[in-house]
Amino acid sequence: MLYFSRLKLFVIYIVIIFLAFFSSLNFFNNNDKNSFISKNINLGLDLQGGSYLLLEVDSEPLIIHNLQDKLINLRKILKEKDIKYQNLKIEGKSIKFKIPKDKISEFEDFLLNKENSINNYFNNYRSYEMDYSIENNLVSIQYSKFGIIEIKNSSLEESLEIVRRRIDEVGTNEPTIQRRGNDRILVELPGLDDPNRIKSLLGKTANLTFRLVSDDEDSFGSEFLFFEDGTTKLSVNKRVVLSGDNLSTAVPKFDSQSSQTIVSFSLDRVGAKRFARVTSKNVGKRLAIILDKKIISAPEIREPIVGGNGQISGDFTFQSATDLALLLRSGALPAPINIIEERTVGPDLGEDSVKAGAISLLIGFILVIIYMFYKYRFMGLIADTALIVNLILLLGVLTVLEATLTLPGIAGIILTVGMAVDANVLIFERIREESKTENSLIHAFDIGYKKAQSAVLDANITTLISAIILFFLGSGPIKGFAVTLGIGILTTLFSAYFFARHLSSIYVMKNKNSNIKI
Amino acid sequence: MILKISKNITFSKFYKKLNVISLIFVILSLSLIFFKGLNFGVDFKGGTLIEIRTEDKNSNISEIRRSLIKMNLEDITVKRFGTKGDFLIKIKSNESNDENFIKNISDTLIKDLGYDVNFRRVEKVGPKVSNELLKNGLLAICLSLAAMLFYIWIRFEWQFSLAAIIALIHDVLITLGLFSILSYEINLSIVAAVLTIVGYSMNDTVVIFDRIRENLKKYSKISIEEISNVSTNETLSRTLITSVTTLLALFSIFIFGGAILKGFSFAMIIGVIIGTYSSIFVATPLLGYTKVSQKTILKEDSEINN
Repeated sequence: MLYFSRLKLFVIYIVIIFLAFFSSLNFFNNNDKNSFISKNINLGLDLQGGSYLLLEVDSEPLIIHNLQDKLINLRKILKEKDIKYQNLKIEGKSIKFKIPKDKISEFEDFLLNKENSINNYFNNYRSYEMDYSIENNLVSIQYSKFGIIEIKNSSLEESLEIVRRRIDEVGTNEPTIQRRGNDRILVELPGLDDPNRIKSLLGKTANLTFRLVSDDEDSFGSEFLFFEDGTTKLSVNKRVVLSGDNLSTAVPKFDSQSSQTIVSFSLDRVGAKRFARVTSKNVGKRLAIILDKKIISAPEIREPIVGGNGQISGDFTFQSATDLALLLRSGALPAPINIIEERTVGPDLGEDSVKAGAISLLIGFILVIIYMFYKYRFMGLIADTALIVNLILLLGVLTVLEATLTLPGIAGIILTVGMAVDANVLIFERIREESKTENSLIHAFDIGYKKAQSAVLDANITTLISAIILFFLGSGPIKGFAVTLGIGILTTLFSAYFFARHLSSIYVMKNKNSNIKI
Repeated sequence: MILKISKNITFSKFYKKLNVISLIFVILSLSLIFFKGLNFGVDFKGGTLIEIRTEDKNSNISEIRRSLIKMNLEDITVKRFGTKGDFLIKIKSNESNDENFIKNISDTLIKDLGYDVNFRRVEKVGPKVSNELLKNGLLAICLSLAAMLFYIWIRFEWQFSLAAIIALIHDVLITLGLFSILSYEINLSIVAAVLTIVGYSMNDTVVIFDRIRENLKKYSKISIEEISNVSTNETLSRTLITSVTTLLALFSIFIFGGAILKGFSFAMIIGVIIGTYSSIFVATPLLGYTKVSQKTILKEDSEINN
């Protein structure tokens, strides 16, 4: 066990030098982000400050909305096919209606036709979009499992894009925006002190519509909507003249005439045409501008707007106008988003945590080093050197992996310091025992290393198992703990069995004839 | 030397008595966990946790409480945290999805207290997420116990595996029982601590088991109690040295690592002490109770040879 071939030694020291180089990179400020060599351990949000948000897309309203579209479509088809239906309505999350018994099979054939316009067939899932059941003559149609997955998927993809656009527009520093599962989005905003603005931007669906204010308050085609103050209401037509989809740009502006902040927008070609037509037909009427079911303002149409440019006035501050313009530019979310988890750490707490982590690492390290020297004297120094190398290796691996260091992660490093010496302790104790019966020191070392091997391996693998499970089931900062603990175990095994063993072999060879005790 | 221990302690003398005491502690912990319950933090119960630093170091809990109560918030707790002028506010989960919730609290506090309040940390966890986190935490602990059971079963015999797992459950239950009686908060980092304790205690047990197996092969005539004594004595200085170095590191975190890591390092310190104890006084005697002998080990070897 004490003999190392030259090649082996070469590889061992190359690995150490390589990782030492990478761990040293963390202590220099490297601005060149693109080169391979410029790697750094990232600080987690809990250390550098920042916000972690977990968003959940609520697709329920979208499912109901899509069902309504299906219902309109279905009504048309039933009429075309001359099937006399009764009681066609949405009940809960299904469409229900009655058809004559002799038409049932015709209708079923239609639903199961893979080319039909209501019930899509998904080849990838080998399933239809809708499930249906027919009892007597009552038909009930609802989304199938895969139909719902498909809705969730597409609304999540779309939401992801819009969330990304909104956050990019605010211009924060290196945000992370990731899909999580089939209805969640994870947002990490490093360095962001106050997430309130982003939270309020993400919380809005930003569904903009232009609708005419109706004269007839009780008419079937209109509904009451409130202004943003929540007290005044107005009856507006349900028919949407123009929606946010038709907007091509929106910017906040200061209108010098009224000395008010406004949002000025321009429309795409289709939108401009339609806007021109509606405004020329309805001069003198009021046009309500509605955002997420609340009226922003309802100005009177004084003249036709044909240029495709318009403006929204309201009770804006410059900030709220900027935010509205931003929301309009980035588009409406397909479904409402809820923030189901938020973790924000201020930058000064992060700084305090880094300091506390560094101090406790340093003190823990020094205590362990002193204790090992006290217990084992010269061999203790070997263990201490191995411990230092171990730390350098650990930092090096974290750097190469560009891992994220969190506060629990620092705790993992300190714990590694405490537990890493265990491998050497096991070995030294074994050597000590062997040297009682063995006359040759070389033999005692050789047998000691050999016999300790299974205990060292077993002991470390059990901790590694815990670390791996934590890595897969832990979230956020805890993952960081699992990473440092797990990598710490691997570097511990390396430094004990390759590096410290080599040091001991040099030591033993030099002193083989003297009568030393360990 | 500080850890000068005579190398022939008859550990088996204490087995019966200490096992009864362990059993009492486990039963006590279980009833505490069931009847008193665990003090789950926002990670597992949902709700909002805010760490604030007030400009005025003399600000007190009651004025912060008074200001918050006005906002019609449910179930508010305010306590000091870390250095003077720092407070931890906990508010029971509110179902509303108001994204201005935190901002309103901040505005109200600053207005009522009349000086600046710095929001150092905000954690808001919805009920759905907290349920998932709790489920995942329990799953992680159960999975790691199962993985240990399996690993030891592969490396040793089933008796070793059973004994080790009982010792682990003993450690986890007593640690949690202690958290229950002290009403210390259980959050994500405590789950991480419990898992690490499982790994550490296992690590300790395995080293002794490894030696027991070795000695069982060597001596055929000696009883398992005697083998346990010899093996525990032989590995004792390693067991103690490693516990000391680990505890040195942990105390360093506990004292200097800041308020956030206090719970974590406390759980670990308790766990390491109990884990070390249980390796010697729970796992090892259990091997005797399951009638482990040289035959158990040799059966394994002969199976390999066939």
